[in-house]
Amino acid sequence: MRSRGSGCTGMNKSRTRKERVDRGVKARSEDVFALSSWREILYLLAPRLLPVLVLFLLALVLPVYWKKVLVSSAIFGILAMSWDFLVCAGLVSLGQALFFGVGAYLAGTFHHLWGWPWWLTLPLASLLGGGICTLLLAPVLRLRGIYFSMVTLVLPLMLVRIIEATKALGGTEGLSGIQGFPGLGVELVLSVGMFLAALFGYRRILGTDYGLVMQGIRDNDRSVISSGINAHWFRAQALFLAGCMGALAGAFMTHAYMFVGMPVFALDYSILPITAAVVGGMGSIAGPALGAFILVPLSEALRALGALRIVFYGVFLVIFIVGLPEGLFHYLKRKYHQFERWTAVES
Amino acid sequence: MLWGALLYGVVNSVTLALVALGFNLTFGISGIANFSYGAMYVLAGYGTWMMLQRLGLPLLAAIPAMVLATALLGALLYRIVLVRVRGMVISEVIATFGIGLAILELFRYLGFIGFQYTLPVFADGSLQVGPLYLDLQRVFILIVGGSLTGFLWFFTRYTRTGLAFRGIAQDEYTALCLGIDSDKVATLSLSFGGGLCALAAVVILPIGTISVDAGYDVLLEALAVCIVGGLGSALGMVIASFVLGMAQSVTSLYMGSHWMMIVNLLAILLILGIRPSGLMGKQKELEERI
Repeated sequence: MRSRGSGCTGMNKSRTRKERVDRGVKARSEDVFALSSWREILYLLAPRLLPVLVLFLLALVLPVYWKKVLVSSAIFGILAMSWDFLVCAGLVSLGQALFFGVGAYLAGTFHHLWGWPWWLTLPLASLLGGGICTLLLAPVLRLRGIYFSMVTLVLPLMLVRIIEATKALGGTEGLSGIQGFPGLGVELVLSVGMFLAALFGYRRILGTDYGLVMQGIRDNDRSVISSGINAHWFRAQALFLAGCMGALAGAFMTHAYMFVGMPVFALDYSILPITAAVVGGMGSIAGPALGAFILVPLSEALRALGALRIVFYGVFLVIFIVGLPEGLFHYLKRKYHQFERWTAVES
Repeated sequence: MLWGALLYGVVNSVTLALVALGFNLTFGISGIANFSYGAMYVLAGYGTWMMLQRLGLPLLAAIPAMVLATALLGALLYRIVLVRVRGMVISEVIATFGIGLAILELFRYLGFIGFQYTLPVFADGSLQVGPLYLDLQRVFILIVGGSLTGFLWFFTRYTRTGLAFRGIAQDEYTALCLGIDSDKVATLSLSFGGGLCALAAVVILPIGTISVDAGYDVLLEALAVCIVGGLGSALGMVIASFVLGMAQSVTSLYMGSHWMMIVNLLAILLILGIRPSGLMGKQKELEERI
């Protein structure tokens, strides 16, 4: 809609409004008829194949430094997607660092104490991390909205202080000398593979009936409960699914940096997923992934600015939440599926 | 030893109440959890420092100027940003959090770290309380904290603006029907919150140094007090700040100061898990949990 009055020329009429119409190809490719021609098939496949192709191409051609950036973008993307999956179940977390940090510390401890190799610690830390986070948050699963957010904001901060006060798990020093990956190639393939698996996996889950229940809980939890569905059990499952991926991201970072310390619970790991989701568009899984791939390279390019980067994150958050609340992904999706035109309004 | 802990516990409690006052007011009236509160606190501290050191203003002029400036900032925050996302709780939190983050990290980037960033005490000297001595700044904290709480109590009960505040807090639609402009009240509530925050900063900060990290701690402290007391409940806030303040000073006596912040966080977790509406909160029982 054009804003009030701006479409109004003088006293009389000729008001216009913006109209959005689905593209023909969208309507044609919605059903089994999509198979009727290559054009429709391509219309459906392009948005799905594009990220896969682009990511693997980038992994091949980028210089070494930017390959590292690609790895951390993918990892932050996973973290952001796990944040978004929670949002889809109506749980807004202000402390994604909890999942990240628990996974990171688990992987670090496994290797530090028992010397397990990375291919064992990654899956174990992921599953166990998801379980631990679910158990930690289980008592407050009944909380809604901002009350749940506050708990998640508090938990990672508290874990940091406890580690600091008890000097457990290496205390302020952290655990160093963790086994790294055998090569940059393994790191790249693993991180991009995990990223794509999370992206398509989460989107698939949300597309099924199971995911529909999750979104139902987000939209109206009471009506889900009154349809005889145990909403708390579903929320616990959502927490576990998100926690697993968050912990996996943390465990991966531990092995990539060969170090784990208190910074894994830092605010950065809570802010970045939120910023990525706000920039990319919440509730679509793909949006936060896109956001992470914009923000991480951007902040890498701005590395010379040092601490000013976090200022940019803050400003980004405000600009996007006020200016483009739907996020980039939803905007692009709309442009892909629909076209817009001005039509006259009869008055 | 025990008497010292008790006395400093009282000072600590009043400090907590003072810190939480503005946050509580804003949240209680407009329902906006102002996550940039800690940043406003630090901003007020550095702002006053700059007025004193760079502009050479006297303390008596700098304090009201800074309080007014922070109040104005709060009003602008609502008028420019929050009015567009009003009612969407998560967007409000993210927007205010983003602004707070930007302000705090900007100070960190500009290098406002060190021991020279400290505000002057109002008066030197100390007061003898039984066998103990209490420095005058802490006495000032007690006085300001007590009188502000009293003033707010009076204000929200016996003035038209204060009654309008409470009207909006109780039922926004009914208040609108009675001609109370909800946007105007929300703007005022944010600017009051900002002003109280600045006042707390200039009274409390002379005890230590101003640091960027204090911004995050203050936000957590304010959150802790408000959650434990019941968001938006004035009596609950006072009780909660005494519970937390005493608990903190006993903890730091017996277990070391590392554990002080953990007491806050633990209190938040416990209260949210057991009784999310807080010790004294009665309203909105259905909205916070299912």
